[in-house]
Amino acid sequence: MDQVRVIEVKKSVFASNDRAADDLRAELRRRGTYLLNLMSSPGSGKTTTLERTIEALADELRIAVMEADIDSDVDTRRVLAKGVRAIQLHTGGMCHLDAGMTRQGIDELGDADAELVFLENVGNLVCPAEFDTGASANAMILSVPEGDDKPLKYPLMFQVCDVVLVNKMDVAPYFDFDLDRLRANVARRNPQARVIPICAKTGEGMDEWYAWLRDEVRAWQA
Amino acid sequence: MHELGIVFHMIDTLTEVAQDNGLTSVSRVTLDLGEVSGVLPDYLKDCWRWAADRTELLRGAELDVCQIDAVTVCNDCGRTYATLQHGKTCPHCASENTVLLRGLEIEIREIEGR
Repeated sequence: MDQVRVIEVKKSVFASNDRAADDLRAELRRRGTYLLNLMSSPGSGKTTTLERTIEALADELRIAVMEADIDSDVDTRRVLAKGVRAIQLHTGGMCHLDAGMTRQGIDELGDADAELVFLENVGNLVCPAEFDTGASANAMILSVPEGDDKPLKYPLMFQVCDVVLVNKMDVAPYFDFDLDRLRANVARRNPQARVIPICAKTGEGMDEWYAWLRDEVRAWQA
Repeated sequence: MHELGIVFHMIDTLTEVAQDNGLTSVSRVTLDLGEVSGVLPDYLKDCWRWAADRTELLRGAELDVCQIDAVTVCNDCGRTYATLQHGKTCPHCASENTVLLRGLEIEIREIEGR
Protein backbone atom coordinates (compact mmCIF):
# COMPACT_ATOMS: atom_id res chain seq x y z
CA MET A 1 0.00 0.00 0.00
CA ASP A 2 1.31 3.43 -0.93
CA GLN A 3 2.11 5.85 1.86
CA VAL A 4 -0.18 8.83 2.34
CA ARG A 5 1.71 11.89 1.19
CA VAL A 6 1.19 15.58 1.86
CA ILE A 7 1.98 17.78 -1.10
CA GLU A 8 2.40 21.53 -0.85
CA VAL A 9 0.49 23.10 -3.71
CA LYS A 10 0.22 26.88 -3.11
CA LYS A 11 -1.71 27.43 -6.30
CA SER A 12 -4.52 29.87 -6.94
CA VAL A 13 -7.77 28.19 -7.85
CA PHE A 14 -7.80 30.50 -10.86
CA ALA A 15 -4.38 29.32 -12.10
CA SER A 16 -5.68 26.86 -14.70
CA ASN A 17 -8.29 29.37 -15.89
CA ASP A 18 -5.69 32.15 -16.15
CA ARG A 19 -3.47 29.91 -18.26
CA ALA A 20 -6.34 28.94 -20.57
CA ALA A 21 -7.24 32.63 -20.87
CA ASP A 22 -3.67 33.61 -21.83
CA ASP A 23 -3.57 30.86 -24.48
CA LEU A 24 -6.86 32.02 -25.99
CA ARG A 25 -5.74 35.66 -25.99
CA ALA A 26 -2.49 34.77 -27.79
CA GLU A 27 -4.38 32.81 -30.42
CA LEU A 28 -6.87 35.64 -30.99
CA ARG A 29 -4.01 38.07 -31.42
CA ARG A 30 -2.40 35.86 -34.08
CA ARG A 31 -5.71 35.78 -35.94
CA GLY A 32 -6.30 39.51 -35.58
CA THR A 33 -9.58 38.96 -33.74
CA TYR A 34 -10.30 41.51 -31.01
CA LEU A 35 -12.55 40.02 -28.33
CA LEU A 36 -14.35 42.44 -26.01
CA ASN A 37 -15.83 41.05 -22.80
CA LEU A 38 -18.92 43.13 -22.11
CA MET A 39 -20.26 43.01 -18.55
CA SER A 40 -23.07 44.74 -16.66
CA SER A 41 -26.11 44.30 -14.45
CA PRO A 42 -29.26 42.92 -16.05
CA GLY A 43 -31.22 45.70 -17.73
CA SER A 44 -28.36 48.16 -18.24
CA GLY A 45 -28.86 48.16 -22.00
CA LYS A 46 -26.13 45.76 -23.17
CA THR A 47 -28.09 44.36 -26.07
CA THR A 48 -29.43 47.74 -27.23
CA THR A 49 -25.90 49.17 -27.10
CA LEU A 50 -24.68 46.20 -29.16
CA GLU A 51 -27.44 46.65 -31.72
CA ARG A 52 -26.50 50.32 -32.26
CA THR A 53 -22.79 49.50 -32.36
CA ILE A 54 -23.31 46.81 -34.99
CA GLU A 55 -25.39 49.20 -37.14
CA ALA A 56 -22.62 51.79 -36.96
CA LEU A 57 -19.57 49.59 -37.52
CA ALA A 58 -20.72 46.57 -39.57
CA ASP A 59 -19.65 48.19 -42.86
CA GLU A 60 -16.05 48.70 -41.75
CA LEU A 61 -15.41 45.74 -39.41
CA ARG A 62 -16.34 42.08 -39.55
CA ILE A 63 -18.34 41.64 -36.33
CA ALA A 64 -19.62 38.58 -34.48
CA VAL A 65 -21.40 38.20 -31.14
CA MET A 66 -21.45 35.55 -28.42
CA GLU A 67 -24.37 35.91 -26.03
CA ALA A 68 -24.07 34.22 -22.65
CA ASP A 69 -27.17 33.57 -20.63
CA ILE A 70 -28.17 31.13 -17.98
CA ASP A 71 -30.99 30.10 -20.30
CA SER A 72 -32.95 31.52 -23.29
CA ASP A 73 -31.91 33.00 -26.64
CA VAL A 74 -33.84 36.26 -26.53
CA ASP A 75 -30.71 38.41 -26.94
CA THR A 76 -29.25 36.29 -29.73
CA ARG A 77 -32.40 36.72 -31.82
CA ARG A 78 -32.16 40.49 -31.47
CA VAL A 79 -28.52 40.53 -32.55
CA LEU A 80 -29.08 38.10 -35.45
CA ALA A 81 -31.72 40.47 -36.75
CA LYS A 82 -28.86 42.95 -37.32
CA GLY A 83 -27.28 40.60 -39.85
CA VAL A 84 -24.10 39.56 -38.05
CA ARG A 85 -22.99 36.11 -36.97
CA ALA A 86 -24.15 35.38 -33.42
CA ILE A 87 -24.28 32.34 -31.18
CA GLN A 88 -25.80 31.60 -27.83
CA LEU A 89 -23.78 30.21 -24.94
CA HIS A 90 -25.76 28.67 -22.12
CA THR A 91 -23.88 28.61 -18.86
CA GLY A 92 -26.29 26.03 -17.41
CA GLY A 93 -26.97 27.94 -14.22
CA MET A 94 -23.45 29.29 -13.70
CA CYS A 95 -23.23 32.98 -12.93
CA HIS A 96 -20.22 33.79 -15.13
CA LEU A 97 -18.18 32.69 -18.14
CA ASP A 98 -14.67 31.30 -17.82
CA ALA A 99 -11.91 30.88 -20.39
CA GLY A 100 -12.95 27.31 -21.23
CA MET A 101 -16.52 28.32 -22.06
CA THR A 102 -15.28 31.32 -24.06
CA ARG A 103 -12.96 29.03 -26.05
CA GLN A 104 -15.89 26.73 -26.86
CA GLY A 105 -17.85 29.76 -28.04
CA ILE A 106 -15.02 30.98 -30.28
CA ASP A 107 -14.68 27.48 -31.78
CA GLU A 108 -18.41 27.22 -32.36
CA LEU A 109 -18.46 30.66 -33.94
CA GLY A 110 -15.97 29.25 -36.41
CA ASP A 111 -15.15 32.61 -37.97
CA ALA A 112 -11.39 32.97 -38.21
CA ASP A 113 -11.78 36.26 -40.13
CA ALA A 114 -13.86 38.03 -37.48
CA GLU A 115 -12.17 41.30 -36.49
CA LEU A 116 -14.39 42.33 -33.58
CA VAL A 117 -16.18 39.80 -31.38
CA PHE A 118 -18.41 40.89 -28.52
CA LEU A 119 -18.83 38.52 -25.63
CA GLU A 120 -22.00 39.50 -23.79
CA ASN A 121 -21.31 38.09 -20.34
CA VAL A 122 -23.98 37.04 -17.84
CA GLY A 123 -25.73 40.07 -16.28
CA ASN A 124 -23.98 40.31 -12.90
CA LEU A 125 -21.39 42.69 -11.39
CA VAL A 126 -19.66 40.14 -9.15
CA CYS A 127 -18.37 36.85 -10.55
CA PRO A 128 -17.78 37.81 -14.19
CA ALA A 129 -15.06 40.15 -12.88
CA GLU A 130 -13.22 37.27 -11.17
CA PHE A 131 -12.79 35.00 -14.16
CA ASP A 132 -10.47 35.98 -16.98
CA THR A 133 -12.31 34.99 -20.17
CA GLY A 134 -9.30 35.40 -22.46
CA ALA A 135 -10.74 38.58 -23.95
CA SER A 136 -8.55 41.35 -25.38
CA ALA A 137 -10.20 43.89 -23.09
CA ASN A 138 -13.03 44.29 -20.60
CA ALA A 139 -15.88 46.75 -20.88
CA MET A 140 -18.79 47.37 -18.60
CA ILE A 141 -22.03 49.27 -18.96
CA LEU A 142 -23.41 51.08 -15.96
CA SER A 143 -26.84 52.62 -16.49
CA VAL A 144 -27.88 55.85 -14.80
CA PRO A 145 -30.73 54.34 -12.70
CA GLU A 146 -28.23 51.99 -11.02
CA GLY A 147 -26.59 54.95 -9.29
CA ASP A 148 -23.15 56.58 -9.17
CA ASP A 149 -22.06 54.61 -6.09
CA LYS A 150 -21.65 51.26 -7.88
CA PRO A 151 -17.82 51.48 -8.12
CA LEU A 152 -17.76 51.52 -4.31
CA LYS A 153 -20.03 48.50 -4.01
CA TYR A 154 -18.50 46.38 -6.78
CA PRO A 155 -14.85 47.45 -6.73
CA LEU A 156 -13.40 44.44 -8.56
CA MET A 157 -15.65 44.95 -11.59
CA PHE A 158 -14.38 48.52 -11.98
CA GLN A 159 -10.78 47.46 -11.38
CA VAL A 160 -10.75 44.99 -14.26
CA CYS A 161 -12.50 47.24 -16.80
CA ASP A 162 -10.67 49.19 -19.52
CA VAL A 163 -13.75 51.19 -20.40
CA VAL A 164 -16.95 52.07 -18.52
CA LEU A 165 -19.95 53.10 -20.62
CA VAL A 166 -22.47 55.14 -18.64
CA ASN A 167 -25.72 54.39 -20.43
CA LYS A 168 -29.19 56.00 -20.36
CA MET A 169 -27.79 59.51 -19.92
CA ASP A 170 -31.09 60.82 -21.30
CA VAL A 171 -32.86 60.01 -18.01
CA ALA A 172 -30.14 61.50 -15.76
CA PRO A 173 -32.29 64.56 -14.82
CA TYR A 174 -34.86 62.24 -13.23
CA PHE A 175 -32.37 60.38 -11.04
CA ASP A 176 -30.05 61.38 -8.25
CA PHE A 177 -27.06 60.61 -10.47
CA ASP A 178 -23.93 62.74 -10.56
CA LEU A 179 -21.56 62.03 -13.45
CA ASP A 180 -18.63 63.80 -11.76
CA ARG A 181 -19.15 61.74 -8.62
CA LEU A 182 -19.21 58.58 -10.72
CA ARG A 183 -15.96 59.57 -12.47
CA ALA A 184 -14.35 60.16 -9.07
CA ASN A 185 -15.60 56.81 -7.76
CA VAL A 186 -14.29 54.96 -10.82
CA ALA A 187 -10.93 56.77 -10.58
CA ARG A 188 -10.54 55.70 -6.94
CA ARG A 189 -10.69 52.08 -8.03
CA ASN A 190 -9.08 52.29 -11.44
CA PRO A 191 -7.42 55.54 -12.58
CA GLN A 192 -6.76 54.03 -16.04
CA ALA A 193 -10.40 53.26 -16.88
CA ARG A 194 -11.94 55.39 -19.62
CA VAL A 195 -15.45 56.63 -18.78
CA ILE A 196 -17.75 57.36 -21.74
CA PRO A 197 -21.28 58.70 -21.10
CA ILE A 198 -23.70 57.44 -23.76
CA CYS A 199 -27.33 56.92 -24.58
CA ALA A 200 -27.78 53.91 -26.84
CA LYS A 201 -31.36 54.95 -27.52
CA THR A 202 -30.73 58.54 -28.67
CA GLY A 203 -27.18 58.01 -29.95
CA GLU A 204 -25.64 60.55 -27.54
CA GLY A 205 -21.93 59.90 -26.95
CA MET A 206 -21.86 56.85 -29.19
CA ASP A 207 -19.28 58.35 -31.58
CA GLU A 208 -16.72 58.48 -28.79
CA TRP A 209 -17.42 54.80 -28.02
CA TYR A 210 -17.05 53.82 -31.70
CA ALA A 211 -13.77 55.74 -31.92
CA TRP A 212 -12.49 53.92 -28.83
CA LEU A 213 -13.43 50.55 -30.38
CA ARG A 214 -11.80 51.37 -33.74
CA ASP A 215 -8.56 52.37 -32.01
CA GLU A 216 -8.58 49.21 -29.91
CA VAL A 217 -9.15 46.88 -32.87
CA ARG A 218 -6.44 48.65 -34.92
CA ALA A 219 -3.94 48.44 -32.07
CA TRP A 220 -4.75 44.74 -31.54
CA GLN A 221 -4.17 43.94 -35.22
CA ALA A 222 -0.99 46.04 -35.53
CA MET B 1 -23.95 29.22 -8.08
CA HIS B 2 -20.78 31.23 -7.65
CA GLU B 3 -19.20 28.75 -5.24
CA LEU B 4 -19.93 25.86 -7.58
CA GLY B 5 -17.94 27.55 -10.35
CA ILE B 6 -15.03 27.98 -7.92
CA VAL B 7 -15.25 24.27 -7.01
CA PHE B 8 -15.11 23.23 -10.67
CA HIS B 9 -11.90 25.25 -11.07
CA MET B 10 -10.49 23.71 -7.89
CA ILE B 11 -11.15 20.25 -9.27
CA ASP B 12 -9.38 21.13 -12.55
CA THR B 13 -6.33 22.37 -10.64
CA LEU B 14 -6.34 19.38 -8.25
CA THR B 15 -6.54 16.93 -11.15
CA GLU B 16 -3.41 18.51 -12.65
CA VAL B 17 -1.55 18.48 -9.34
CA ALA B 18 -2.49 14.84 -8.70
CA GLN B 19 -1.25 13.83 -12.15
CA ASP B 20 2.02 15.71 -11.71
CA ASN B 21 2.61 13.96 -8.38
CA GLY B 22 1.37 10.48 -9.27
CA LEU B 23 -1.58 10.51 -6.84
CA THR B 24 -4.66 8.43 -7.63
CA SER B 25 -6.70 9.33 -4.58
CA VAL B 26 -6.88 12.53 -2.52
CA SER B 27 -8.20 12.41 1.05
CA ARG B 28 -7.78 16.01 2.20
CA VAL B 29 -7.51 19.44 0.58
CA THR B 30 -6.50 22.58 2.49
CA LEU B 31 -7.67 25.86 1.00
CA ASP B 32 -6.58 29.38 2.01
CA LEU B 33 -9.59 31.64 1.64
CA GLY B 34 -9.30 35.41 1.89
CA GLU B 35 -11.81 37.27 4.03
CA VAL B 36 -12.80 39.52 1.10
CA SER B 37 -12.58 36.88 -1.64
CA GLY B 38 -16.36 36.89 -1.96
CA VAL B 39 -16.56 33.14 -1.34
CA LEU B 40 -18.69 31.82 1.52
CA PRO B 41 -17.03 28.83 3.25
CA ASP B 42 -20.30 27.02 4.06
CA TYR B 43 -21.61 27.23 0.50
CA LEU B 44 -18.20 26.26 -0.80
CA LYS B 45 -18.14 23.14 1.37
CA ASP B 46 -21.63 22.11 0.24
CA CYS B 47 -20.66 22.53 -3.40
CA TRP B 48 -17.39 20.71 -2.75
CA ARG B 49 -19.17 17.66 -1.30
CA TRP B 50 -21.54 17.49 -4.23
CA ALA B 51 -18.92 17.90 -6.96
CA ALA B 52 -15.94 16.11 -5.38
CA ASP B 53 -17.94 12.92 -4.77
CA ARG B 54 -18.66 12.75 -8.48
CA THR B 55 -14.96 12.29 -9.30
CA GLU B 56 -12.82 9.21 -8.90
CA LEU B 57 -9.87 11.20 -7.58
CA LEU B 58 -11.67 13.24 -4.90
CA ARG B 59 -14.46 10.98 -3.69
CA GLY B 60 -14.86 11.46 0.08
CA ALA B 61 -12.02 14.00 0.26
CA GLU B 62 -12.32 16.51 3.12
CA LEU B 63 -12.07 20.22 2.44
CA ASP B 64 -10.39 22.29 5.15
CA VAL B 65 -10.87 26.03 4.76
CA CYS B 66 -8.41 28.42 6.46
CA GLN B 67 -9.56 32.01 6.56
CA ILE B 68 -6.97 34.66 5.69
CA ASP B 69 -7.80 37.99 7.37
CA ALA B 70 -7.91 40.94 4.99
CA VAL B 71 -5.21 43.58 5.59
CA THR B 72 -4.72 46.90 3.79
CA VAL B 73 -1.59 49.07 3.81
CA CYS B 74 -1.67 52.87 3.61
CA ASN B 75 0.82 54.34 1.14
CA ASP B 76 0.84 57.71 2.94
CA CYS B 77 1.45 56.76 6.58
CA GLY B 78 2.84 53.27 5.95
CA ARG B 79 0.65 51.59 8.55
CA THR B 80 -1.64 48.61 8.03
CA TYR B 81 -5.22 48.07 9.16
CA ALA B 82 -8.12 45.59 9.03
CA THR B 83 -9.83 45.97 5.66
CA LEU B 84 -13.22 44.71 6.71
CA GLN B 85 -13.76 47.44 9.33
CA HIS B 86 -12.26 50.40 7.47
CA GLY B 87 -12.49 49.63 3.74
CA LYS B 88 -10.53 51.91 1.44
CA THR B 89 -9.94 54.73 3.96
CA CYS B 90 -6.96 54.53 6.34
CA PRO B 91 -8.17 54.80 9.99
CA HIS B 92 -4.79 56.26 11.05
CA CYS B 93 -4.49 59.21 8.66
CA ALA B 94 -7.75 59.22 6.62
CA SER B 95 -5.86 58.75 3.33
CA GLU B 96 -7.49 56.83 0.48
CA ASN B 97 -4.14 56.03 -1.10
CA THR B 98 -4.34 52.47 0.18
CA VAL B 99 -3.71 49.00 -1.26
CA LEU B 100 -5.08 45.62 -0.23
CA LEU B 101 -2.19 43.45 0.99
CA ARG B 102 -4.05 40.20 1.47
CA GLY B 103 -7.57 38.84 1.77
CA LEU B 104 -8.44 38.01 -1.85
CA GLU B 105 -6.78 34.56 -1.84
CA ILE B 106 -8.55 31.48 -3.09
CA GLU B 107 -5.49 29.27 -2.98
CA ILE B 108 -4.96 25.55 -2.55
CA ARG B 109 -2.34 25.29 0.18
CA GLU B 110 -1.75 21.54 0.29
CA ILE B 111 -3.29 18.17 -0.43
CA GLU B 112 -3.02 14.79 1.20
CA GLY B 113 -3.36 11.59 -0.80
CA ARG B 114 -1.79 8.46 -2.14
